[in-house]
Amino acid sequence: MADKVLMKGNEAIAEAALRAGCRLYFAYPITPQSELIEYMSKMMPKVGGTFVQSESEIAAINMVYGASGCGKRVMTSSSSPGISLKQEGISYISGASLPAVVVNVVRGGPGLGDIQPAQGDYYQATRGGGHGDYRNIVLAPSTVQEFADMAPLAFDLADKYRIVVLILSDGLIGQMMEPVEFQPAKTEEEIEKLGKQHESWCMHPNEDEPNHHHHIINSLELDPNVLSDLVLNLEKKYIEIEKTEIRFEEYNISPDNEILCVAYGTAARITKSAIEELKKEGKSIGLIRPITLWPFPTEAIKQAFNQNVKKILTLELNLGQMIDDVRLAIEGKVPVDFIGRVGGLVFSPEEVKTKIEEIL
Amino acid sequence: MEIIATRPKSLTKAQFTYCPGCTHGISHRLIAEAMDELGMRNKTMGVCPVGCSVLAYNFFDCDMAEAAHGRAPALATGMKRARPDMHVFTYQGDGDLLAIGTAEIVHAANRGEHFSVFFVNNAIYGMTGGQMAPTTLPGMKTTTSPYGRDEKDIGYPIRACELLATLEAPYYIERVSLLSPQHVIKAKKAVYKALKFNKEERGFTFIEFVSTCPTNWGFEPMKAFEWAKENMLPFFKLGVFKDKSIEEEGK
Amino acid sequence: MKIELICSGFGGQGALTIGKFLSLAAMKEGKDVSWLPSYGPEMRGGTANVAVVISDKQIASPLVSHPDWLVALNKPSVDKFGPMIKSGGLMIANSDMCPDKLERENVEEIYAPMLSIANEIGSAKVLNMVSLGVIIGKTGIVKFETVEKDLKEILGKKNPALLEANLKAIAKGIEIGGKS
Repeated sequence: MADKVLMKGNEAIAEAALRAGCRLYFAYPITPQSELIEYMSKMMPKVGGTFVQSESEIAAINMVYGASGCGKRVMTSSSSPGISLKQEGISYISGASLPAVVVNVVRGGPGLGDIQPAQGDYYQATRGGGHGDYRNIVLAPSTVQEFADMAPLAFDLADKYRIVVLILSDGLIGQMMEPVEFQPAKTEEEIEKLGKQHESWCMHPNEDEPNHHHHIINSLELDPNVLSDLVLNLEKKYIEIEKTEIRFEEYNISPDNEILCVAYGTAARITKSAIEELKKEGKSIGLIRPITLWPFPTEAIKQAFNQNVKKILTLELNLGQMIDDVRLAIEGKVPVDFIGRVGGLVFSPEEVKTKIEEIL
Repeated sequence: MEIIATRPKSLTKAQFTYCPGCTHGISHRLIAEAMDELGMRNKTMGVCPVGCSVLAYNFFDCDMAEAAHGRAPALATGMKRARPDMHVFTYQGDGDLLAIGTAEIVHAANRGEHFSVFFVNNAIYGMTGGQMAPTTLPGMKTTTSPYGRDEKDIGYPIRACELLATLEAPYYIERVSLLSPQHVIKAKKAVYKALKFNKEERGFTFIEFVSTCPTNWGFEPMKAFEWAKENMLPFFKLGVFKDKSIEEEGK
Repeated sequence: MKIELICSGFGGQGALTIGKFLSLAAMKEGKDVSWLPSYGPEMRGGTANVAVVISDKQIASPLVSHPDWLVALNKPSVDKFGPMIKSGGLMIANSDMCPDKLERENVEEIYAPMLSIANEIGSAKVLNMVSLGVIIGKTGIVKFETVEKDLKEILGKKNPALLEANLKAIAKGIEIGGKS
């Protein structure tokens, strides 16, 4: 394994994307993700790739759309307000069934909000965000290492399913430095090969006459019967993903659990610290940390919620969004408790511990 | 027997779905002929807009992508950067290019992106049913300017060529018209030149077609041509607004 | 072993850099570390700060509400974070800019004229490295040699003069820390 380096999350995801074969990156600056665009502006020319600082987030996502239509590994990134602007493009990319990776370093909202870490974009991320029936795979890292590891994973999933993969980070993971080990960088030959896998559908130089046939990248279909088939085909893909791509972490899960917590990303890290403190007092608290927010680990929560568990608690840096998915998993068997913080505030392990003691 | 006119290879066999008297058919053909003549078809990607030509990917027989409204220059940027070995063009209407997509066209031109833009200006929104466009003339009645465009309220029409010609990067900018056979012959030369420069990787090229919309203007096609000559050409003056090849080739 | 500390000062004093070199060295010595900076408008209040956690085990929460140690390069940092130091904790302060004592019985306080020392060495820039030295001298949390190696890698070729000033500042800090 390579040596560990100390790196900010925003820089680590950029480096990991380059190593995963991303040679095209389009974005617009916004706090707290600007280190990502800066890193790309510095490193992309060194690997012979393309970096464009676009005129807007809308333009950036549409540049992604164009490059993705050419079958290349392409990425954009932003923070919450910018991700709202990208929703149009994400819907088109989804409709045209193209692969793309989008990173959201979430900040406090709504509106301009603030620039501190938050999880208020859960609904937007997991419900599609833009118009129409579609899904994005949503990956939620909780450490800088995991953030970096999600770059190759996101590109592989995007290529495999021709889908938008959204990495839902936050200001804390983006700004924080932690030790990180990178996977080996793909060679130019490997990257070339990755592009070739898409040649059946992507835009590329055509055969000479008479074998000429042209490739169309499109989400428009005016015949409702045909469009219906296209959307049902997307659904098939989504069902397959729900079967095979659910990822989660179990932390301190045991039959002794008095409370089962569900939290992702930064909120999950803080919850873990509280769980460790409570362990010292002989209290057994389990945690399910969804790594894929869509598809959501419904079954895992259902199973972890065994008969001994009296309570279930969701912890989020928002008003309570993932709690809906937790409720669906529990199917109304018990009320779901909630601890939340909004406005870019982050709860401390001590606060979480106190709250858990209250509901025990 | 000598064939003197035939369907360009760069057009599919699909029948155009445009209204009778519409000039989209002419501009499509001019682009396709030039692509054939320059042998570009197998290495060309086009971008369709949202507007009447939204289905142009059915007509151009090269690789095509369908953009969101106004975003064709952003798509084209991504495509050209991803496939520098291919040639890229966008085909856009006045609402697409000068209203919702103003930022995208200005910045693509300003970066000097290596693709061609074919801009169809007929002073109205065709597909959505004849609403006011950014190029609708002062006093002109549309379904959203029922009392005539009031330039004091909503501003004057925007001149795309003049606007983009203020930028340093664009390589070639010309406004032509499709309003008479003579004009079409001139337009063909401009289209050819733009695509030739495109093929030679010289930089950003932009051709505006002053066109008609008989259906939404409410005129017979011939009357539409006459109306456009009298009303549009004085405001949208034909000519070359930028041509860096003159300097480069010392002509 | 788990140590949580906050380094804080005016923007430009290098508080974040103290945390960075400490984290880097601890990581090289096999510890898990997290370095979480304040960002945005908070920095403009005179307390640009970083929360550092160094641990034998994997770090869960990187947040530090009650630090074991505080490195304060200016008065606003003492005012803001001083009351939050854990009982039995340690404060290392720049006496040139922190005129008032903390007045907490259960917190050990080390004062060093970091700016004066840095100026004597010949560069006000290395003020932060004096405090890094004090941490090392007082606590032994990381080895001087590890920090020295990192500094050489980063500055060795680019700026040998600054490297030397940095190393001198750390050495001076270690001396102060060792005596305290």
